[in-house]
Amino acid sequence: MMKNVLIIGASSAIAEATARGFAKNGERIFLIARDTEKLSVIAKDLKIRGARKVDCATLDVTDFGRHSIVLDFAFDSLGAPDIVLIAHGSLPKQQDCMNSASATISEFNTNAVSTIALLTDIANRLENQGHGIIVVITSVAGDRGRQSNYVYGAAKGAVSIFIQGLQHRFYRKPISIINIKPGLVDTPMTSGIEKTALWTTPEIIAGYILSSLKKRKLTVYAPSFWRLIMLIIRLTPARFFHKTNL
Amino acid sequence: MKQSGWGRFPIIEATVSTPWMVQNAKSWLTECDALIARGLGRSYGDSSLFPNILCTKHCDHFLEFDSKSGRLKCESGTSLDAILEIGVPQGWFLPVTPGTKYVSVGGAIAGDVHGKNHHRDGCFSEFCSSFSILAGDGLIYECSRENHSDLFHATCGGIGLTGIILDATLQLKRIKSSQIKKTAYKANNLMEAINLFEENNDVAYSVAWIDCHAKRRNLGRSVVMFGEHDESRPLITNNRQNMTIPFEMPSFLMNRLTVSIFNSFYYRISGWSERQKLVHYEPFFYPLDRLKYWNRLYGKNGFIQYQFVLPKDRGLKGMTRILERISSSGKGSFLAVLKLFGTENDNYLSFPLSGYTLALDFKIEPGLFDLLDQLDAIVLEFGGRIYLCKDSRMSQSTFRAGYSRWEQFAQIREKYMGHMRFHSLQSQRLGL
Repeated sequence: MMKNVLIIGASSAIAEATARGFAKNGERIFLIARDTEKLSVIAKDLKIRGARKVDCATLDVTDFGRHSIVLDFAFDSLGAPDIVLIAHGSLPKQQDCMNSASATISEFNTNAVSTIALLTDIANRLENQGHGIIVVITSVAGDRGRQSNYVYGAAKGAVSIFIQGLQHRFYRKPISIINIKPGLVDTPMTSGIEKTALWTTPEIIAGYILSSLKKRKLTVYAPSFWRLIMLIIRLTPARFFHKTNL
Repeated sequence: MKQSGWGRFPIIEATVSTPWMVQNAKSWLTECDALIARGLGRSYGDSSLFPNILCTKHCDHFLEFDSKSGRLKCESGTSLDAILEIGVPQGWFLPVTPGTKYVSVGGAIAGDVHGKNHHRDGCFSEFCSSFSILAGDGLIYECSRENHSDLFHATCGGIGLTGIILDATLQLKRIKSSQIKKTAYKANNLMEAINLFEENNDVAYSVAWIDCHAKRRNLGRSVVMFGEHDESRPLITNNRQNMTIPFEMPSFLMNRLTVSIFNSFYYRISGWSERQKLVHYEPFFYPLDRLKYWNRLYGKNGFIQYQFVLPKDRGLKGMTRILERISSSGKGSFLAVLKLFGTENDNYLSFPLSGYTLALDFKIEPGLFDLLDQLDAIVLEFGGRIYLCKDSRMSQSTFRAGYSRWEQFAQIREKYMGHMRFHSLQSQRLGL
């Protein structure tokens, strides 16, 4: 049965790879991102790959005042979404944030506040319509604050706890929130970092997202070996962890 | 980061830039003086190696597709695999495809790749009506046979030295079925194999796997396969799980003994199955794609792929000399592939010419490069040449002797300032 899919942060590499999976299944897709030109290229590509219908709207997620009106338009145009994917984000320069509260606030707005605001609105809309799945891309970085990346980690961690609350709220309802925690992924966001064996591709993460929808999972580590790595990292007592440079 | 071609030789350190869309293509030239484009890295040697590499693999968007006419426009990083994914279910196939589908459209044009049907249909560029290219002067040109045709004919087969292809328009081929009617014959020697090719010249697809370890009266014994598109079966892409070679194997795995055992075994079992059967296009066109990273089987030293073509008139004699030379050297190729080529096209550095082409894999070991130099001499003696996409060691003089239009290519490249901005280790070696 054809589904309605809403994707926020649609020009992100993981979102695009996932959207291609939806297109292949012939779904109807609505894309939201900042860059209108990129959106139109992606939309055309998805139609050729099999999407039944693709529409777009431009939104900067930190423009909180516009969330409601853009979501109205998206829900109207698409019909009641069966799946909402929230995939936007940015990777801050940890050093810049350490030196500047306003840089930190800005990054927090992008990676946490905007996501939480969108989730608040979307969760209510899905509750009204009586069904739906929200998939949110957070990160393994949100599992523990680490000296190398705690601004990003804190933001993703905040979203993860918010998601836990939503999952609890909707426990008895046919509404799911799935938390996808990718590890290290080779995307434009991470283009400045030298890649090692632990890195994976957006296509692999997209595979995890698409299969998580069938199984209605709560938290998905992608790839799955990160579950064990993060368990160890979370459980390591501070007096040992602080000796590392992680 | 470390980069190499598919043969995993040579391996160099390079700065690789991987843009995600072609929108800002002009800015790519501001970041460094000289660079080379790279798609999916399936050329075997150093055609896409240079200290600065622009990798187009994420510039892979479909731009336009007319499912009634089969006309497709896509960014140059789009893989042939992706084209088949959307095309086949709608009855469209690639009119020319190389032996792997993990090649980018840009790479297919830059190599002017060929398939099992060159004798009838020519090269990949034959079905490319136009493309846009970022040239060395910083401008983007829309090239076709009518518009900037000199740049068109220099770029097709031009191994990236004229610029960076951004997008291309292709004409796909109508098919009714994803199955191929395959017929296989055993040939006891090279003469028989060539006769089979000649007798079946009107069949769409033909290829022969040669056991180049066989000697004397069995020299060139092979399994010759022909194929035609079936008319009456469904259109499906093949979603079989692939196997992968997860890490490089120790080099001793591929040696004279194991390779000759494999060749003998393959030749023997080819007689067991039916002579004619229906197969999916996947194993017919892309037998090795099932084994991901098969190049790792050759171990850490990597391997050389050596492919040459000899003109038809003396082809049998030249091929015999070459096979004898290889057989006596003890250096074996896992599976050697023989194909029939049709006429040369108008692209200045395009490889095929009317005759026979043989592709060989050689593990890199002492004595190999000397052997290949000797083979080069035989190839040139018989009026042939070596395929640039597979080359990693040909000399400048061998290149010039084989590609008689290299000077015209160089002039056109200079006209569009390609010589100032686009270089590879291969172009430096070949004096371009």
